[in-house]
Amino acid sequence: MNPTESRQHDSMPNQRGYFGSFGGRYVAETLMPAILELEAAYEKARKDASFQEELSHLLKNYAGRPTPLYFAKNLTEQAGGARIYLKREDLAHTGAHKINNTLGQALLARHMGKKKVIAETGAGQHGVATATAAALLGMECTVFMGVEDVARQEPNVKRMELLGAKVVPVPSGTGTLKDAMNEAMRYWVGAVQDTYYVIGSVAGPHPYPMMVRDFQQIIGIEAREQVLKAEGRLADMLVACVGGGSNAMGLFYPFRDDPVEMVGVEAGGTGVPDGKHAATLCAGSVGVLHGSKSYLLQTPDGQIQEAHSISAGLDYPGVGPEHSYFKELNRARYVWVLDDAVLKAFHLLARTEGILPALESSHALAWAVEQAGRMDRDKILIVNLSGRGDKDLGIVLSQKGRQQ
Amino acid sequence: MSLIAETFKNLEKKGQRALVGFVTAGDPDYEKSLAVMEAMLEGGCDILEVGIPFSDPTADGPVIQASSQRALAAGMNLTKALGMVKSLKEHYSAPIVLFSYYNPILAYGGRQLYEDALAVGADGLLVVDLPFEEAGELTGKWPGKDLDLILLVAPTTPKERMEQIALNASGFIYLVSMTGVTGSAGLDLEQVTQTANTLKSVTDIPIAVGFGISTPEHVAAVSKVAQGIVVGSAFERIIEENQNAPDLPGIIRQYAKTLKAAALKP
Repeated sequence: MNPTESRQHDSMPNQRGYFGSFGGRYVAETLMPAILELEAAYEKARKDASFQEELSHLLKNYAGRPTPLYFAKNLTEQAGGARIYLKREDLAHTGAHKINNTLGQALLARHMGKKKVIAETGAGQHGVATATAAALLGMECTVFMGVEDVARQEPNVKRMELLGAKVVPVPSGTGTLKDAMNEAMRYWVGAVQDTYYVIGSVAGPHPYPMMVRDFQQIIGIEAREQVLKAEGRLADMLVACVGGGSNAMGLFYPFRDDPVEMVGVEAGGTGVPDGKHAATLCAGSVGVLHGSKSYLLQTPDGQIQEAHSISAGLDYPGVGPEHSYFKELNRARYVWVLDDAVLKAFHLLARTEGILPALESSHALAWAVEQAGRMDRDKILIVNLSGRGDKDLGIVLSQKGRQQ
Repeated sequence: MSLIAETFKNLEKKGQRALVGFVTAGDPDYEKSLAVMEAMLEGGCDILEVGIPFSDPTADGPVIQASSQRALAAGMNLTKALGMVKSLKEHYSAPIVLFSYYNPILAYGGRQLYEDALAVGADGLLVVDLPFEEAGELTGKWPGKDLDLILLVAPTTPKERMEQIALNASGFIYLVSMTGVTGSAGLDLEQVTQTANTLKSVTDIPIAVGFGISTPEHVAAVSKVAQGIVVGSAFERIIEENQNAPDLPGIIRQYAKTLKAAALKP
């Protein structure tokens, strides 16, 4: 199967990169020619059978796809309602869904003749996945990571270094994902002629939100086939965490024309709206950051607000423009859960199913378990288990100590 | 003819180039910043670019990032920056360009900004992250064309794209001298000359070259190829180093004077 082939029509985004009123290309002139070049190269690759074959081959034989759709029997019993399936992206190579996108973009970079790649990373999963693809394809890789995230996701820093990537700690702002992306964009402005920027989420200027969605929709394409095979029908509800939103869009997109409810779970941090959080779609307003128009956490003056989440991957004050569009259309709904509930969900999955989920994915789990309990037993719910939690042991153990 | 266009024309007649000074509004605070702007104009800046600080300036290097942080910490915003423009325009006739990232403008309102900018006497607007493809959503809200929209051209901009930019620009075109963020070192005169010549072949709008210019020697060299020279990070560096010096305006005025002396048509 063609991994970026859409099941139905592709009307969004439009030619200027808009999903309704969201998206676009809000970047400095220095980057515009590179973005236009990228768009042309991607359109070509999208239709290029040999590119798609090479990507399919890597996804299957290197990344380990398809990932299982696992019926979580124990968790279902614990929740006491809808049947909970887990889309096991944590079992993909490097331990998260991020590899789907980085293999696609790194191949595209090679097709474009670029030998250097850069990336931003929050939790480090996208950084590791980019470093992995770069090692595989023999490219030089530099990853920008906020100093706060370097400290709280240290295992991933070491992994990137072992894979041959250079990790650049970013001290500005809050030293988190937003600041890493700022610095990656600054670096790219200076190196744009020979460097490809691998953006890790469905964010950034057009064509990134579309391209990353296309590379990630393999999650939903597989899940759709798998649930049909296992249950003889589609799921009633899809649940995924949303920071920038790539794992959620990857799961949702192939179901967009189906009668399936979609729920994106944002990081409620210590409280919404009064606490510190990263619930951009739930509590933000429309603005422009990192190249596209979408919901943002911002002050009335249009300054970007600091986000907060216990999970570095969701600690971001923006969100991909297609999610803003889905929100506006009411095609998906967006909710939030607090840090405390996230930790409980982490422990629950560990004890009931023997799986350590990433703290990002634990947001989706926390909300889904609550929700499943309120649904009938014949209903089906798919949770995107977007990544594994090994990287989060430090945070989880220190929080456990604090709670005791 | 707009005041900006007129300024370039008059300087041309006098055999001079336009010294365009950029400064972040409100750095290190409102009062000191206003004094710095006055000193820049008195020292010889022909056009003043008033930077609206933004929390996430992705096209700026460390110097302007730090200046933006100082200004925001001191409470600067677009409304207050417009107040500064108003104060300046009471005493100085030089054109003033508002220089901003797009998000503060979106939050303020595109049409509201047009009206308020003209009301305080601003002459132009430059939005760093608004390429001409997206600029229509802003200028489409404007009831007139009394505010010049300054667009940028970069070394990466192909000739056909320069033509489209020129069609949408007015006042002057800001030619970015290098692929990099503001405050980068390494001005490459050969490359600037080449890009400037390509740009000149597609438009008569005056060109001002910025990025990496900090010395009278740079100014003299760029004066050979463009009608204007933009200096920004260098002013900000002086502010950073002398923010508590009692004679900060004097230092700024003297620096502007030495730059202006080199801004001569060859």
